[in-house]
Amino acid sequence: MATLMSGAKMLLECLGREGVECFFGYPGGVTLPLYDAVYDHPIRHVLVRHEQNACFAAEGYARATGKVGVCCATSGPGATNLVTGLVDALMDSIPVVALTGQVSTKLIGSDAFQEADTFGITRSCTKHNYLVKKLEDLPEVIHEAFYIASSGRPGPVLVDIPKDVFQAQGHYTPVTSIHLPGYKVYTEGHTGQIRRAAQLIAEAERPLVYGGGGLIASGATPELREFADLTDIPAVLTLMGLGALPSNHPDFISMPGMHGSYAANMAMTHCDLLIALGVRFDDRVTGRLAAFAPHAKVIHVDIDPAEIGKNRVPDVPIVGDLKRVLGRLNKVLEEAGPRVPAVAPARQAWWKKIRAWKEENPLTPPVSDTEIKPQHLVAEIDRLSGGNAIIATDVGQHQMWAAQFLRFNEPRLWLTSGGLGSMGFGLPAAIGAQLARPDKLVFALVGDGGFQMSLPELSTLANCALPVKVVVLNNGYLGMVRQWQELFYNNRLSAVQLDAFPDAEKLAAAYGFKGRTVARPDELGAALEAAVREPGPYLLNVKVSPFESVYPMVPAGAAISEMVLAPPQPVAVPK
Amino acid sequence: MLQIISLLVENKPGSLMRITGVLSARGYNIESLTVARTLDPQLSRMTIAVDVDAALRQQVVKQMNKLVNVLQATDLTESPAVSREMVLVRIRTTQESRTAVLKEAEIFRGRVVDSSTDGFAIEVTGDPEKLDEFVDVMRSYGEIDVTRSGVVAVSLEARKLRLQPPVPTRGAEKLEEVPG
Repeated sequence: MATLMSGAKMLLECLGREGVECFFGYPGGVTLPLYDAVYDHPIRHVLVRHEQNACFAAEGYARATGKVGVCCATSGPGATNLVTGLVDALMDSIPVVALTGQVSTKLIGSDAFQEADTFGITRSCTKHNYLVKKLEDLPEVIHEAFYIASSGRPGPVLVDIPKDVFQAQGHYTPVTSIHLPGYKVYTEGHTGQIRRAAQLIAEAERPLVYGGGGLIASGATPELREFADLTDIPAVLTLMGLGALPSNHPDFISMPGMHGSYAANMAMTHCDLLIALGVRFDDRVTGRLAAFAPHAKVIHVDIDPAEIGKNRVPDVPIVGDLKRVLGRLNKVLEEAGPRVPAVAPARQAWWKKIRAWKEENPLTPPVSDTEIKPQHLVAEIDRLSGGNAIIATDVGQHQMWAAQFLRFNEPRLWLTSGGLGSMGFGLPAAIGAQLARPDKLVFALVGDGGFQMSLPELSTLANCALPVKVVVLNNGYLGMVRQWQELFYNNRLSAVQLDAFPDAEKLAAAYGFKGRTVARPDELGAALEAAVREPGPYLLNVKVSPFESVYPMVPAGAAISEMVLAPPQPVAVPK
Repeated sequence: MLQIISLLVENKPGSLMRITGVLSARGYNIESLTVARTLDPQLSRMTIAVDVDAALRQQVVKQMNKLVNVLQATDLTESPAVSREMVLVRIRTTQESRTAVLKEAEIFRGRVVDSSTDGFAIEVTGDPEKLDEFVDVMRSYGEIDVTRSGVVAVSLEARKLRLQPPVPTRGAEKLEEVPG
C-alpha cells in the first residue's frame, strides 16, 4: 500500500489523518516545498501577518473546540517568532502542534541563512519537541506530536523539519500505532483516594469547590454539574476555569484571587474543605500561600502528578482525568445515598455566610452619565452576548473586568491568556475561534495596548472576511501597569501613556471594513448593537474613563482575605 | 546533602538537554552527571548529583518523570542505594616519598595504573567521601592532577518499571478495514 510521495505531502497526509481542517502560518524559504504541496491540498492554510499570531490563532482554535490547533513557520525568525505563543500554550495547557521549517540537514550547525537552533530554543517552551532528520521518521513523529499535545495535560509540541526532508521522496505507509514507553497518561484516579475524598466531602461543614482550566481541558462540565446537583457545594472558578459551570448556576460564586470577588476570596479563606479540581494553586489565586485557605483540608485532583503538592500539600491527592475521577466520585457519593448528614445545619449556615458576603460587597459595574466606565462596556458586551458569545481577550485591566462581569453559559467561550499573560493574544485568538466556530458571535475584547501589538491581523480578518467584533477598551494607558504605578510607585506614571491611537473608522476603512469610535455612554449600547448586526468584521474603539482601576485587589504578597475593595481616597489625578 | 537522582532514559538526541533543563531552569548547578548505555542499547542510565533545596526535591523528580524520553526517574538520596565514584590521580613524587604514597594508595585500595620516575597514576573507586579523603592525603605528598568520574548509583530496592503500551493512531481502525 506504500505510495511514493514527498515529505511535504506525507506531512499533509498525516495532518489529514489527525483530522486537521485548517492551520495558521507564514511561509518562508525552507517551507517552500510544504507550501507547494499546500497549494492544491484540501487542508486550508490561513495566512496570518506574524508568526506569533499564527500560534495564538491556533490556540484560539484549540481553546474554542478542544481540538489540536496547528501553526506553521519557517526557519530562523519564523520559528523564533513562535516562541511567545508556544509558552502561552504551555502555561495554559492548550493542545497545539507547531511545524517549523529548518535549513537542510547538511547545513544544520553551519550558521546558514535563516538558521536557528529551533529544537534547542523551544525545548523549554513546549511539552515536547522533535527535530526530524530522516524522512522515514516523519509520519510517526507527526502522530506522536498530536498524541502528546492532546493527551494527559495538553500542551504545545513542536516538530522541526529540514527543507531536504520536505523535498525527499519516500514510500508512505500510514502509521497505525505509536509507542512512547516513557509517556505516562494518568486517567482513572486511585479508588481508595476517591473514597477518602467522598468521606471528607460528607463530613465537611464548609466545603468549597475551587475549579480551574483542567475542568475545561477534560470536558468535565457534565460531571461537575452532577457533582453540584448531588452536593450543593459552592464553587469558585479561576480565570482559566470560567465557563466550567454556567455563570447562572446557583452554586457558582465567582472568580477568586487577585481581582476576584469578596465573596470568592472570603469563601476560600474560611472553608474547611477545599476541593481543588484541575487547578495549580497559582500565585494570582492564592495570594500569600501561607495564609491561603488556612483552615481547609485539601482534595487535589489533577492529571499532572507534578502539580500535586507543588504549592500546597493536599490531604487527599488524586492523579487522574477530571471527567473520569468526578464521574467515579459522583457514583460513590450517590451510593452513599441521599441521607441528611449531621453537617446539614452547618452547611446551611455556610451558604448563608456566602450569600451575606455576596451582598456585602457585590460585583456591580459602575455606570456614569458623562463617560463610559470600562466595566459598563463589559456589561454591555455581556448584555449582547447573553452568555453565548465567544470572547477573546489580551491581558490586563480589560481582561480582569471581563472575567468579573461576563457570563458564560458553557465552556470554551472564554479565551484568555491566563498563565503567560500575553498582550496581543485576543485578536488572533478570536480569528482562530471564528474559523473553528463560524456559527458563533465572536468578540475580541482588547485593550488599546494589546490591540496595537497584533494590529496587523486586521488584515487577516479582512482577508478571511471573518465577522469578528474587535472592541477596544481604550483608556489611553497601559492600564494595569498604571494602576500598580499609582498604588505602589507613588503615582509616578512611567511609560504607560499611549498617545496617538489611530482613528478607528479610518483604520477599519483602510482594511475595507467598518469601524467607529464612541465616547459617550448613551451611544454605547447602540454602537455595540450596530457592530454585532454588521455581517463582516467590525472595529469598535470605545473611549473609557482613563483612570478607572480594577477592584477588588489583593496587593502582591498579601493574603487574599486582605483585599482592597475600592481605590484609596482621594484619587490623585496626575497632571 | 547532595541529591542523587537515577534516571532510565531513551537514548535519543535532546534527552540530556531536557533532563538538565529541569535543573537549570530552577537555577541548580549539577555537581556530577554520568550517562551510559544499559543492556538495552536504546536506553541509557543516568546518575545526577545535584544540590537541590529539600522542599523542591520531589518536584524536580516529578518534572523529570513527566519528560517523554524519561522511563523512570528515582530519588536515591534517602533510599537504600549504593553510590560509587572513580578517581584518577596523577601525583609527582620524590624518590623518598614513593613508598609512602604506595602505602597510602593501598589503604584506599587504590591501583597503580602508571608508574614513572616522576611519580604515579593511581585509580581509586569508592563512595565520594572516601575519594575526597584520598585526594586530601595525596595532596599532602606533592603536586597532583585529579579526574573524577562522577557518581554512579544503584538502588537496592526492586523498583517496578511501568512501561506504556503502544497506542493506536487516530483513524487507525479505518485504515485496517481497507482491504489491502
